[in-house]
Amino acid sequence: MARASFSQATWLVAEREMKTLVTTKGFWIGFAFTIVGLFALTVLPTVFGGDDPKVAAVGSAVQVVQGKELDVREVGTVEEAADLVRADEVEAAIVPDGGGIKVLALNDAPSDVVSQLVQAPPVELLDASAVNSGQRFVTVLVFGLVFLMFGMGGAAIAQSTVTEKQTRIVEILVSTVPVRALLAGKILGHTILTLGQVVVLALAAPIALRVAGLGELLGVVAPALGWFIPFLMLGFVLISSMWAVAGALVSRQEDLGSTMGLVMIAVMGPYFGVQFFFENPVVLKWMSFVPFTAGVAMPVRLFAQQAQPWEAILSLGVLAATVVTILLVASRLYTGSLLQTGARVKLSKAWAPAE
Amino acid sequence: MLTVRGISRSFGDHKVLDEVSFDVRPGRMTGFLGANGSGKTTTMRIVLGVLAAHGGTVSWQGQEVTAQTRPDFGYMPEERGLYPKMKVRDQITWLARLHGVDRETAQRNTDALLHDLELTERAGDRLEELSLGNQQRVQIAAALVHEPAVLILDEPFSGLDPLAVETVLDVLRKRAAGGVPVLFSSHQLAIVERLCDDVVIISKGRVVANGSREELRARHAGSRYEIVVAEDAGWVRDVPGARILELDGPRAVFEAEPQQVLRAALDRGEVRSFTPVVPTLDEIFREVI
Repeated sequence: MARASFSQATWLVAEREMKTLVTTKGFWIGFAFTIVGLFALTVLPTVFGGDDPKVAAVGSAVQVVQGKELDVREVGTVEEAADLVRADEVEAAIVPDGGGIKVLALNDAPSDVVSQLVQAPPVELLDASAVNSGQRFVTVLVFGLVFLMFGMGGAAIAQSTVTEKQTRIVEILVSTVPVRALLAGKILGHTILTLGQVVVLALAAPIALRVAGLGELLGVVAPALGWFIPFLMLGFVLISSMWAVAGALVSRQEDLGSTMGLVMIAVMGPYFGVQFFFENPVVLKWMSFVPFTAGVAMPVRLFAQQAQPWEAILSLGVLAATVVTILLVASRLYTGSLLQTGARVKLSKAWAPAE
Repeated sequence: MLTVRGISRSFGDHKVLDEVSFDVRPGRMTGFLGANGSGKTTTMRIVLGVLAAHGGTVSWQGQEVTAQTRPDFGYMPEERGLYPKMKVRDQITWLARLHGVDRETAQRNTDALLHDLELTERAGDRLEELSLGNQQRVQIAAALVHEPAVLILDEPFSGLDPLAVETVLDVLRKRAAGGVPVLFSSHQLAIVERLCDDVVIISKGRVVANGSREELRARHAGSRYEIVVAEDAGWVRDVPGARILELDGPRAVFEAEPQQVLRAALDRGEVRSFTPVVPTLDEIFREVI
């Protein structure tokens, strides 16, 4: 008798998941949002950051500000200059004060203006890194955000699982193919879609950097990006299996919130952790080996040239082992809860062997 | 033949099925009757392997059914469900392929079924855009598209208008005629009466009646007769051993030794009709549960 093999069934499920997801508006909106956000993050600072501060200058002060990177407006009296400052038309006014000059500002010392007017002492970096902290900040932000977006995107798996439970098609599915094929198909389908999006982003990122005039950063980002992708994919499978269980535990979309919390913590916790601690090498080092945070922390360390390739491989190994463990656990929980309807299924009940 | 032997199942302390046994014979439509909560759905889910039994066996062609030897079932669950946002044709084809049918056969079967169920025009619509009755037909198609060896249908006719019932019936009869055993549950006794060959009646988790429709009726017919005479039939109550159940002028329904009553009637004059009263399924149902 004809019967779909495990791999055929898995693929059919994966195929359906992908087709369903790409026909939803939410998927494309989310993806467009990610791309636009990424461009904005890298391009906008150079576009808006380039303007010289506006100042008003009076009398002899005009000569002092000439040739500086300031947008100067000459006015006749100190009173007029002060009015412009009060009206917020200029950031500061530079007025003669005895033999020298004085800066008038509203309620904050205008450091960008002041820095133009003083002679800065020469700086010599003793530990000159190829990456400055600003660049590192952008990388942490971008890697973190991409991880966050895709991690949260995995919620579609939970939703698809609940839809099957809610519409009861799950009975037909379970009487047709093994439950593991259902789970595997869902994770596979969503992972392929995520990989596809990552590839598009990876191709778009260099373009964004060139447009932003950060071409030289490309050489530094590229290897980290290469490491980021396997970490992201394994991390995604890890999170996906948790999303699937979150979906299987409830029977209605409305109840999904009650089980999604833990998975959201598993996605957002590492994101904030890395954002807060990326300047602390010790904490970052630890995080780069913890499976949930490794996806962002290790690529950031590689980018900052703080980690050796063997560390990355070790961390990937730990991550892969965790993925296998979580998949086994998830597959049992998924099987144990998929056909239970009604109230939210307790984890202990989902884990218990079938009656 | 699908054989169910001694199936039991409890939920907590509540025994839902107690030693349920019956056969579903090839080429025959077997009606599965029972009140709400009598265990019909639980039995079907156990046969399908969706739920585990706490005892007993399900066999197909004499071999116990396991995950590996389970024949291809066509299943229509009690709680209907398909993907609401998937297009009808895509959905049916996909389900066929999930059963291991190759793409071309899946598409061919889908188109033929949609035609038989008068759904061809809606093939490109999303399921949620169809009326409930039409969604029900799609559900039937989903159960049949992979040419199953056995059909297990939980309440296939509920929610269908009389015309739709006929359409679905034609499709099911075609399958049964092709040698497929069909087990379907229903609480619309009139429909079951009309179309099933065999009947299994379940009450409180036990099979209380089981056999072909005619056999059951004969078994439950007892010694009940109806007589219509020219004038008032009230004299029947005077015949020794007779018990009148209904009396309406010249018509009487009674339980007695029939020949004695008939002889007495002929002595009195004209007899317009004299027939044994065969119970309807409805009556048998009320009697046994």
